[in-house]
Amino acid sequence: MPPVARRWYPDRVAQVPIHPGLFTLPGDPRGTRLLAARCPSCAGLHFPAGETCPYCGSDGCHVEAIGAEGRLSLWTAVRTAPPGYRGPVPYGFGVVDLPEGLRVVSRLASAEVERLREGEAVDLVVEPLFTNDAGDEVLSFAYAPRDGR
Amino acid sequence: MKGRRAVHVAGVGLHPFGRFEGKDVTRLGQHAVREALAEAGVGRGGFGAAFCGTVYTGVAAGHKVLSGLGLSGVPIVNVEAGCASGGAALSLGAAAIASGEHDRVLVFGMEKMPRGIIRSSFFPPWCEEAGLSPAPAYFALRARRLMLESGVSREHLARVSVKNHANGVNNPFAMFRKPFTTEQVLSSQVVCDPLTLYMLCSPNEGAAAVVLSAEPGPVGPPVRVLASVLRSHHPGSVLGEHTPMSGLPGGEPPTPTETAAREAWERAGVDPRDLDLAEVQDTDSGREILSVEELGLCERGGGGRFVEDGVGEMTGRLPVNPSGGLLSKGEPLGASALGQVVELAWQLRGAAGPRQVEGARLAVGHTVGRGANASVVVLGR
Repeated sequence: MPPVARRWYPDRVAQVPIHPGLFTLPGDPRGTRLLAARCPSCAGLHFPAGETCPYCGSDGCHVEAIGAEGRLSLWTAVRTAPPGYRGPVPYGFGVVDLPEGLRVVSRLASAEVERLREGEAVDLVVEPLFTNDAGDEVLSFAYAPRDGR
Repeated sequence: MKGRRAVHVAGVGLHPFGRFEGKDVTRLGQHAVREALAEAGVGRGGFGAAFCGTVYTGVAAGHKVLSGLGLSGVPIVNVEAGCASGGAALSLGAAAIASGEHDRVLVFGMEKMPRGIIRSSFFPPWCEEAGLSPAPAYFALRARRLMLESGVSREHLARVSVKNHANGVNNPFAMFRKPFTTEQVLSSQVVCDPLTLYMLCSPNEGAAAVVLSAEPGPVGPPVRVLASVLRSHHPGSVLGEHTPMSGLPGGEPPTPTETAAREAWERAGVDPRDLDLAEVQDTDSGREILSVEELGLCERGGGGRFVEDGVGEMTGRLPVNPSGGLLSKGEPLGASALGQVVELAWQLRGAAGPRQVEGARLAVGHTVGRGANASVVVLGR
């Protein structure tokens, strides 16, 4: 996968994913999606996508772009930057149930824990999280409450 | 253990849990090992094998401890199983006695944890950069689930911390020996909602050692290991201590604690309702409540009620963490499970001093963590 998604200012600020193969990049015709993988044998989905199924051990899992929306299952907010983290605090953190049949652990775009509700609709966003040492904007994924909080 | 030899706790040793500047991890381990061997009345040639649980200590950790005491020569097996490392070491030692391979073995664990939020090589760097790795956030999600499914309130979470810190006042081996009020716990710094600072344990340093033998030891009424079971997670779970990025919806599979407990009760021939006390994983207040549910010490979903009714208080039907738990002792990963075993051996001998559970005859120790690994140890006299 090419590391550079697009350039806002040619030769100045590039956007790069925090890790290749986690999510679609801006401009992808599939829309904003997570890149999960489905097992050809047990049909289970897993994320991040790997060739081998973590549920049954079968090889040949194929990538599926899923998770444009989901329902919030569990949530919290991280208030102190943990070791290695390079984004802002506080940030939301939770478990989201996707209609395709997968539960994912994700950043949440809202850290307002008192306003988050079990089962509320959330949408996938891919946004800059921090600027790396090369000056590139590093993109990561999060789920955002639908009402725009 | 049907058709197999009984396993006795013949000697125990404990280095206090805390922070010990200028004392390296090998010295911590040697302190506990010396005590346990002295109590069992054995020295070089007195044990057939040694099993050492540790996570952060590095290559040949157990070898360094025994080499420095002139005790090497026997097989020395170093075991890493996250928070359950000491339990993993104990299960190997107990099996070696039960099977007849050895008549006496040494089991020990020690740790000198880095300060702050526990960091490990478990996660790839991008997970840390993306903020998907912090342990307290995962603890908080489990606590949130207890609030949604088990009738657990913030006050219940605080009450567990209040109880364990009150118990810890009576434990000279604990790091924090100061009582807190519910209000103090609730108003301490929010780390990851609903968990506040005083609801979370501190990583620290310490060591514990146990001599297991086919025959009872010289000290106190004989204490037996009725079961020592280690289990890992089943695939599909998203909230387990193996902390995957995804899992399957539609009901979590049995947790490693549930599967280990089931096996332990069966092997020991014990009904958990007959227990006199329990030392369980309480990395955070919510984890203690979840541990109680997973072990079957109350019904699933009954965690809030268990706390509300004060069942786990020192005055309750089943005191939980009379030692003060990890919340007051702190957590030196490799030493925590064996620290529980030492504490429970003292309890069953009637030698636990001001934190003694009167007439204790049957007890369980439980640890669970990274891997995922869960250890359940049933002790009786």
